[in-house]
Amino acid sequence: METNHSIYVKNLTRYYGAIAAIKNVSFNVNRGEIVGFLGPNGAGKSTTMRILSGLLPASSGSAWISGTSVAQNPSEVKRRIGFMPENNPLPEDMRVVEYLRFRGRLKEIPGRKLRASVQDVMEVCDLARTARRKIIGTLSKGFRQRVGIADALLGDPEVIIMDEPTIGLDPHQIQGIRKLIDSLRGRLTVVLSSHILPEIERSCDRVIIINRGRVVASGTSTELREEFLPGQRFQVEAEASEESLMAAFSNQGIDATLLETNPGTKGRTLFNIRAEGNGLLGNQLINALAQGEGCTLHSLAPKEANLEEIFLAATKRSWEETIENKPTANMIKEENKAKKAEAQ
Amino acid sequence: MRHFFILLKHELRMLMISPATYIAAVLFLCLMGYLFWAILRGMVNTPEDVLPAVRFLNVFWIPVLFVVPLLTMRSVAGERNDGTLGTLMTTPASRAAIILSKFAGAYIFYMLLWFMTLGFPKIAVEFFPQTAVGSGLLSQSSVLGSFLFLSLSGVLFISIGIFASSITRSQLVAGMFCFTALFLVIVGGQQLSNISAYGADMTEWAKSLVDYFQVFGHLDDFSRGVLDTRPFFYYLSLGGLLLGLATLVIEAKA
Repeated sequence: METNHSIYVKNLTRYYGAIAAIKNVSFNVNRGEIVGFLGPNGAGKSTTMRILSGLLPASSGSAWISGTSVAQNPSEVKRRIGFMPENNPLPEDMRVVEYLRFRGRLKEIPGRKLRASVQDVMEVCDLARTARRKIIGTLSKGFRQRVGIADALLGDPEVIIMDEPTIGLDPHQIQGIRKLIDSLRGRLTVVLSSHILPEIERSCDRVIIINRGRVVASGTSTELREEFLPGQRFQVEAEASEESLMAAFSNQGIDATLLETNPGTKGRTLFNIRAEGNGLLGNQLINALAQGEGCTLHSLAPKEANLEEIFLAATKRSWEETIENKPTANMIKEENKAKKAEAQ
Repeated sequence: MRHFFILLKHELRMLMISPATYIAAVLFLCLMGYLFWAILRGMVNTPEDVLPAVRFLNVFWIPVLFVVPLLTMRSVAGERNDGTLGTLMTTPASRAAIILSKFAGAYIFYMLLWFMTLGFPKIAVEFFPQTAVGSGLLSQSSVLGSFLFLSLSGVLFISIGIFASSITRSQLVAGMFCFTALFLVIVGGQQLSNISAYGADMTEWAKSLVDYFQVFGHLDDFSRGVLDTRPFFYYLSLGGLLLGLATLVIEAKA
């Protein structure tokens, strides 16, 4: 059993009837790391998080939180994690401070420390002055999310798991939650899922992409970029046609691929290209376009693939692999024929 | 055990601030007040050999059929529907502590309502001192026996409500299921005895089995001061079984 990891998951599988929500999911999270969980709807993010928090048993596989097995010792695991479920359900009729004290008692915070602990998490989540005595049902969405995060932080857990903490928030509120998550960096291990990809990219040290119940990619944004979208990317603003642009590159021996063409202003066109080369590639491209016929270069800027593009590439690849592995009708026929022939 | 008391305190608090609780309490006390008045009125005209307190507690099933579903239908179903049951289960509190606290909260309130009906004979004595005989209205021995029956049968009735609430996320379905189950337990037992009365050729063991499910029979025994261990076993074991099942259900349907 790995003890250096805060979260260690190996071959986790969960079936709902005959359907596998997650299958052989394996990953680990180091202490103090902030990890983002990405995936389309129904990918298995929430199922994985619910298993990690001890809410749902796994069909097979194992998960450890801070060296404790979730399956064998769920109550001990629950003492070590703070979980904020999707949609952040809260009792509507209670006051913020009363609710947090109730949760603190349930999380076994000693009576003499309870008031101080609740005050601390309310300060961290900016609830102490504005929403302390307010009834939860009257709070805005942003404040409700803060109450949910404050609850997850109560009891000094080693691991915080948050399922879609920024869902339904406006940009200001998202920024507030991001700052809050940043303030936890290094102190606690945080796992969060989100649909807002720039959000994950800004907040998280590492990203785990899950699709159709499988982990399809894991690593930092840079690592994922190199794996799924290799080569360098540039945005070229020029007065040129696609053909003349590509001809200018090929004349200079540059292996470039045109990814996207968008109309620009003043008769110019914006081209997104990918090319292989060293650190001088930018200069080479400028020279090629200067010498190319029918090309007038206005600007050239390196463009880093964002997480959205990585996510799309990773999930697309996993889809293609699934389709490729799926036997076609002809393959099944051939297989049946072969079996019959063997039998004869 | 620590979690149980924390949750029980929370449960009682939530019951106190829930409008459904007050609706149930007002309906219960209005109905029981009316029944008490009607019984006294009937006794004025015709002499009876049964004490009014005994006659009054004989109609216990009328309020039970609507108060128990109202008190219990929200307990687990409402929390599951809101999603707060899930957050509760991410704490170190055990499933059994969650179910037991919900049961205890509803049970305490149920018994509190019944104890409030003791005010009716006191009010009658207070307002009509010249006509009412205090000792007849509030005969200690029969009231004690009847309340022992109510507290014992309450364990089963509230457990039925908690179990009904644990198997669904709709409060309405939980309420309907609870009402039907209570009706079967209370009236069904009575019907069994009617069947046995028509078909006189019942063997001894079948007769004792039918008697075992006689809720009204148990009330008669208790109000006369006859304490049998069989009703204790019936209400407590069935109540415990239903609470155990409710615990398993929330474990499986978290």
